[in-house]
Amino acid sequence: MMDCCYIKEVVKGFFSLCTGMRVTMGNVFTRPATIQWPRKAAPLPDRFRGHIMMLANDKTGFPKCIACTSCARNCPSRCITVTGKKPEGAKKKVADRFELDFTKCSLCGLCVEICPVGALDFSRDYAMASYTRNDFAAMDLLQGLGSPFKDA
Amino acid sequence: MNRPIQPTYTLDKVGEENFALNLGPQHPGTHGVLRVVLHMDGEYILQADPVLGYGHRMQEKIAENMTYPQALPYVCRMDYLGALSYNLAWVLAVEKLCQFEVPERAEAIRVIATELNRISSHLLWWGAFLLDLGGFTPFLQALTDREQILDLLEEITGSRLTYCYFRFGGLPSDVDEEWLTRVLAFIKEFRDRLPRYHDLVTGNVIFHHRSKDVGVILPFDAAGYGLSGPILRGSGIEFDVRKHEPYSGYDRYDFEVPVDQNGDCLGRYNVRMAEIEQSLRIIEQAIGSIPDGPVRSKVPKLIKAPAGEVAMAVETPRGQLVIYIVSDGSKKPYRVKYRVPSFANLSIFAKMARGQLLADALAILGSLDMVIPEVDR
Ligand code: SF4
Ligand code: SF4
Repeated sequence: MMDCCYIKEVVKGFFSLCTGMRVTMGNVFTRPATIQWPRKAAPLPDRFRGHIMMLANDKTGFPKCIACTSCARNCPSRCITVTGKKPEGAKKKVADRFELDFTKCSLCGLCVEICPVGALDFSRDYAMASYTRNDFAAMDLLQGLGSPFKDA
Repeated sequence: MNRPIQPTYTLDKVGEENFALNLGPQHPGTHGVLRVVLHMDGEYILQADPVLGYGHRMQEKIAENMTYPQALPYVCRMDYLGALSYNLAWVLAVEKLCQFEVPERAEAIRVIATELNRISSHLLWWGAFLLDLGGFTPFLQALTDREQILDLLEEITGSRLTYCYFRFGGLPSDVDEEWLTRVLAFIKEFRDRLPRYHDLVTGNVIFHHRSKDVGVILPFDAAGYGLSGPILRGSGIEFDVRKHEPYSGYDRYDFEVPVDQNGDCLGRYNVRMAEIEQSLRIIEQAIGSIPDGPVRSKVPKLIKAPAGEVAMAVETPRGQLVIYIVSDGSKKPYRVKYRVPSFANLSIFAKMARGQLLADALAILGSLDMVIPEVDR
């Protein structure tokens, strides 16, 4: 009686293993689901949230930011430092310093949402690596943009 | 924290040595950074002491020092696998407190996104649980499908894990028809793939031996320890916040609350697998009946909640989450309390592990589906 049960178990077990192995073997013949980065990159969606970046004013090439500091005040991690000055003859201020402490940023996007002039956006830069954290402690977001204060 | 190193409880086993074994904080068999001090007698566990606090970030205190919108990204970082449920709970609690309206389309999209998140969480649990039991194939199998959900969610939320997509009064942005069709396509494809999961694991004899009658929780204990979610339902108690205190329009959808009477690891496994299917059903109905219209109602930019208190319960993939807010009328909450499911669910582990084999304790821990940052928060 015992033996009969035992043999039944073994046969049942063998079949259940075969069912499982069939799934495993089936996978051998499918295409790999991985993408070999960095030779190929997965497509980034439009709403990808990278680190924030400053947009330039189309006409002047200066940063769009009017230094209202509402992003700095609303940032939960308090990682934005922004100051601005009025260029000569202009009505509104323009940022002369905009630093992001990326080591603290949680990529939440509140600053992008809150900005009254739409000066901030997410970058599509994700392959960021460095040997020192100082590289990210004060990222200058105005880099590469024009500035009305440069020659002064 | 001072904890007794000497076991306070012994099984009467003659001629064998007792010793303490540290499981974690970085043991692959524990999830996250949970540390369990196990007092062992050979292969048997005399007593298990979970040591918590490695991931403690003072989430409640942080929220009390933030304005309501600022606290939003923090809440989502408690449970990294079910972030949208947390997101939803915070948003709903504040909406309830301030009596903001939410457009119906936003509610439907919230349900779709949260249920997708629930499936992805259950899939990762499925893989990790079987990894604990020693099977590697299931893990990769689950991640392949989870990847598609992450891609779908990334497209609308912009991130892959700690989503922060819901806002007070609705959503920051609408989803397009094309995304909805792709969700439907995913559901169809995933339904085709689900039988494979059952072929691979559910019918497997080794799996049955490892999980059947292991770690039984009686309904009395389950209720007494305040367990919730699939663990409670795996012990035969039918309770689901989505059904019993519907929020976000869950009462509009037709779905079942899967229950298993056995209360063992297999029971909890069956409940979660059935839940995946129910979630698929909910998403299908939500997409089928999604109304047109705006996705965000008018809410003030500076949110000052009226003085008062509010409690909001939400069913996360792990169980019942309650967010309790006391407001004194300013723009920051006066007191915030999170009642997280994993913390209550972990509380029964010490009782269950007693007298079990070490390998079985790992199976039990896996079947509880812990997220440790949520326990510590
Ligand atoms: S994304 Fe969030 S954390 Fe980062 S700078 Fe903007 S507001 Fe601050
Ligand atoms: S909210 Fe916009 S305009 Fe105001 S300081 Fe920030 S980036 Fe500049």
